[in-house]
Amino acid sequence: MNLIVSTISQGFIWSIMAIGLFITFRILDFPDMTVEGSFPLGAVTAVSLIQSGHSTIYALCIAFIFGCLAGFATAFLYAKLNVPILLAGILTMTALYSINLRILGKANMSLTKSANIFNQFGLDKLPTNFNGIILGIIIIALIIFLLIIFLNTEKGQAVIATGDNETMAASLGINTTVMKFIGLMVSNGIVALTGGLIAQQNGFADVNMGIGVIVIGLSAIIIGEVIYPDVPLSVRLITVVIGSIVYRLILMIVLQLGFNTNDLKLISAIILALCLALPTIRAQFLKTLRNGVKTK
Amino acid sequence: MKPLLEIKDAVKTIYNDDDNLNILNNINLTINPKDFLVVLGTNGAGKSTLLDAITGTNQLTSGQILLNGDDITSENLAKRSRHISRVYQDPKSGTAPRMTVAENLLLAKRRGLPRRLRLRDLKSHMAEFQELISNLPTLDNRLNTFTDKLSGGQRQTLSFLMAIIQRPELLLLDEHTAALDPQTSKDLMELTNRIILEKELTCMMITHDLSDAMKYGNRLIVLKKGEIILDLNQEEKSKLTEADLLQYF
Repeated sequence: MNLIVSTISQGFIWSIMAIGLFITFRILDFPDMTVEGSFPLGAVTAVSLIQSGHSTIYALCIAFIFGCLAGFATAFLYAKLNVPILLAGILTMTALYSINLRILGKANMSLTKSANIFNQFGLDKLPTNFNGIILGIIIIALIIFLLIIFLNTEKGQAVIATGDNETMAASLGINTTVMKFIGLMVSNGIVALTGGLIAQQNGFADVNMGIGVIVIGLSAIIIGEVIYPDVPLSVRLITVVIGSIVYRLILMIVLQLGFNTNDLKLISAIILALCLALPTIRAQFLKTLRNGVKTK
Repeated sequence: MKPLLEIKDAVKTIYNDDDNLNILNNINLTINPKDFLVVLGTNGAGKSTLLDAITGTNQLTSGQILLNGDDITSENLAKRSRHISRVYQDPKSGTAPRMTVAENLLLAKRRGLPRRLRLRDLKSHMAEFQELISNLPTLDNRLNTFTDKLSGGQRQTLSFLMAIIQRPELLLLDEHTAALDPQTSKDLMELTNRIILEKELTCMMITHDLSDAMKYGNRLIVLKKGEIILDLNQEEKSKLTEADLLQYF
């Protein structure tokens, strides 16, 4: 039971990162590799600040701002200098590795147990692992609420239109360059915020902790879409959270079956590949089924 | 009458290593208010490049574009969009597929205006949008339908409505019926003509359809190799047949 609660708790916290990734991957309609750098950026920023005596909330705010700056760097390369988005993300991610080492001063750093948002504000009085669930729900609710409000503003609609059809958006006078900056900055800000939270949940920050986070985020988005296809944009943000929890539960089951934890990234990639292929497999299955019925 | 649009000595050159090609070659064109100008020409004649230059999608190599007497040559697409709207050939180019018909219309309602950080006001515009589509059987009761669920004809009709919902000073139609089946194309062309006449819009329409070129508009030009080789007013145009026009291709 404790394992399931722990898994759900992780699902909630990781879903915040997936919501950030959703902004670029689904709203602006391009994959942003920056997240593999902005996630550890948030982690090392938060841990460094907390260890130097700052409050956990302040540390998370600064992590968010630094994430926004990482998104700004990618947006500048992509939207201003016309570097292809994949390359722009990889360039920023690579640069961030050195920046993260500079911030942390070493490859990893541990946090003392007390200096941790999961043990503050009365969360430490909750049963084991429930602190992650409660904190996760609060932060998710806040982020989804703010995102829904933003996406329903004129500017938010312009961001959606830019991702949907850039030619049309530009011809309606929308400054698509600015919209890409907004999307990439907010997205990476949220991803870095999650990095700061995960570092506190795990009790340490490591400059390598960003490897594979894009797969985790994409899995949550895709699983959510497979479970709940064709739902409005605001509901899709909630399906990302559900997708993240389901993804964690699938991973837990796989590991409980006795797979080696060293194979975690391989298993993650296979789960994502299966989820991506699921619509095609389902269509093929239905086609075969229909053909079978006709033959009879 | 004060001209709405003046294009002076417009040249657009594509620079190659061994040869430079003038897509537009010293174009001079004046469009007056309420002109319905039909543009004909073979592929590569420079028709779409001319529209790109007018909208600001592509800047001219040299020359000048004046709108209501103001030089807009160096203005970008966003600034010009306040005055100029355009419907593309591809039905997918003019609409946002993951937004509803009403959301698309609302986007177009603020064409050329700054997008502020204030809540959009979809509800108060629904009655206006409903009235706009009420006479169009293809789009009636489709305000809340996502655009990717619409047919090509429906999407192109929506693109057209988006182009005229906020009255443009100049409407540009870039073979906007070319990708549609004959009946849908005819219906959309009829709708286009009716609205242009009703609203007294100034329009520049590119087409490859000679019968449409003869039937619609009060002025006709033919482009060839980046130059205007024929410029006819309504009276001159009415004396021509489709066969006469063919010799210019």
